[in-house]
Amino acid sequence: MKQNILIIGATSAIAQATLRRYASEQANLYLLGRNQAQLDTIAADAKVRGANEVHTAQLDVNQFESHQTVLNQVFDTLKTVDAVLIAHGTLPDQKACEQDVHRTMTELSTNGISTVSLLTLLANQFEKQQHGTIAVITSVAGDRGRQSNYVYGAAKGMVSIFLQGLRNRLYAHNVQVLDIKPGFVDTPMTADFKKGALWAQPEQIAKNITTAIDKKQSKTLYTPIFWMGIMFIIRSIPEAIFKRLKL
Amino acid sequence: MSLNKSATLSGWGKYPTVESNVLRATQLQDVPNAILQNSSPALIASGLRRSYGDSALAETTLQTEKLNQFIQFDETTGVVECAAGVSLADVLNTFVPKGWFLPVTPGTQFVTVGGAIASDVHGKNHHLDGCFSQHLISLTLCVASGEPLTCSLTEHRELFLATCGGMGLTGVILAARFKLIPIESAFIEETTWKTDNLAETLEQFETHQNATYSVAWIDGLTKGKQLGRSLLMLGEHSEKKYVSYNLKTAEPSQRNVPFNMPSALLNSVTVKAFNTLYYHKTRQKQSQRQVHYAPYFYPLDSIQNWNRLYGKKGFTQYQFVLPKEAGLEGLTEILTKIVDSKRSSFLAVLKVFGAQNANYLSFPIEGYTLAIDFKIDSTLFAFLDQLDEIVLHYGGRLYLAKDARMSERTFKLSYPQWQQFQQIRAQYGADKCFNSMQSKRLGL
Repeated sequence: MKQNILIIGATSAIAQATLRRYASEQANLYLLGRNQAQLDTIAADAKVRGANEVHTAQLDVNQFESHQTVLNQVFDTLKTVDAVLIAHGTLPDQKACEQDVHRTMTELSTNGISTVSLLTLLANQFEKQQHGTIAVITSVAGDRGRQSNYVYGAAKGMVSIFLQGLRNRLYAHNVQVLDIKPGFVDTPMTADFKKGALWAQPEQIAKNITTAIDKKQSKTLYTPIFWMGIMFIIRSIPEAIFKRLKL
Repeated sequence: MSLNKSATLSGWGKYPTVESNVLRATQLQDVPNAILQNSSPALIASGLRRSYGDSALAETTLQTEKLNQFIQFDETTGVVECAAGVSLADVLNTFVPKGWFLPVTPGTQFVTVGGAIASDVHGKNHHLDGCFSQHLISLTLCVASGEPLTCSLTEHRELFLATCGGMGLTGVILAARFKLIPIESAFIEETTWKTDNLAETLEQFETHQNATYSVAWIDGLTKGKQLGRSLLMLGEHSEKKYVSYNLKTAEPSQRNVPFNMPSALLNSVTVKAFNTLYYHKTRQKQSQRQVHYAPYFYPLDSIQNWNRLYGKKGFTQYQFVLPKEAGLEGLTEILTKIVDSKRSSFLAVLKVFGAQNANYLSFPIEGYTLAIDFKIDSTLFAFLDQLDEIVLHYGGRLYLAKDARMSERTFKLSYPQWQQFQQIRAQYGADKCFNSMQSKRLGL
């Protein structure tokens, strides 16, 4: 059976790698993103790779009032959605945020509140259709606040807690809620970082995502898996010590 | 697009290395932006870095491997259009299941379409089907002014002829349209002929000139009467009726060389043992098997980072072509010299080329091409200079995609159309914008 897949933030590198996997399985895709020209490029690519139908629509996640309209359009077209992947995000400049309230609020909105808005609407749709997976890319940064990127961490952490609640609420409705926490991924968002052994390619993350969705997992997915161990240690350090660390 | 990140880069042979500002294009618009903002006169596009030497090395390199989107595919004609960073592996993984194959493929699938055009790669079917560019319908080139130009044999013809095989020196290839060939299965019917010496090898090539694919693996260490003893491998795409499971693609490689091996590991003893074992792996004069396209075309792709086998100093692949009439005599002279030098090499590959195409710098001319890997040491380049003289004497030339050390003189004597190439570059302002370490070395 051809799956119906909705991707929000489809131009992100992890989203692109993921939607290619679905395209090669002849899925029907609905792609949302800010840049229509880029969406068109990605849609054409997905089509060549085997996607059955590809729809696109422009969405600026910070325009909350547009969420309902766009999602209605998606569900009107696809009827049911087997899986949604929310992948949009930015990497805030932490130092700049510390000096600029407006910037901090915008980043929290882009990386956190916008996702909460979308999830609120999506949860009701999935509850109604009584099946499917809601998958959201958060981050290992949401596991503990660190001085180097706590604005990003706070936004992602909020989403993770929200997802926990949703998972609990939708369990009885046969809806899986997958919280995807990638570590360092080599994408345009992280282009300015020096890459070391801990860095993963988006294709690897995408493979883990589609596998988890296919297996109907409803949990927190650390990807690559070794981040589960790293974050266990990070979370276990007593705050009395942690506050002194330069992380 | 990321800017001004400095990195130490090298080609597949790990020689030479260069400190380079690395730009990475993530969408097509990044390319003209990078060209227009770039102030250094030495910018070169790079893909998956499988050229062996310094052709994709420069002060500033523009990485294009993320421009990897397909644009269009016509299921009735097999014509595909894609951005230049799409890899041949990606083309195969996408289209083999639909019953299509690359019209020409080099010995690795980990090259980009842009790189395949810039090196105008050839494959085991060159004697019948020519180079990659001969299956191109058109390409889009971003020239020095930042303008994207569509080039083909009929549109901007001279720019097309300069760009195919032009090693990225005319601009940055953005996209291409080319025609795939239909296949009924992902498998190849391989026939191997064992030959006793070079003369017999060349005869066998002649006898089997209608085989779709042909290549000979040569024992590069045995001399005397057995000089040039080979395994000649012929291939045809399997027909549907002979295979049960048809159109599967390659499995991702599980084997890896994790770090640079001590270079002493490859010495005349180990390599001699390998060559002897390989030659004797088949006992019969002729043997046949059915084999998946991946091990047939890309045996080395199954070992990630195999270039690390040659150690930290790296290696160079010496690939030359001699005109047909020089054939047996020239090859014997060069091969004898190589065998006598005892310079170890796993891989010596011989192939017959068909007719030359019209591109200014495409490597193949009608004749015989031999490719051999050499571990780099302090005396290697002097030795290769001697080989260059023999190649020049017979009217041959070296492959730019493999070259890391040829002299300007050797290049200009053996690529007689280099001046036309330069004229086209000047006409589009490419000479002041696109240069690589190789182009500077060769006086382009």
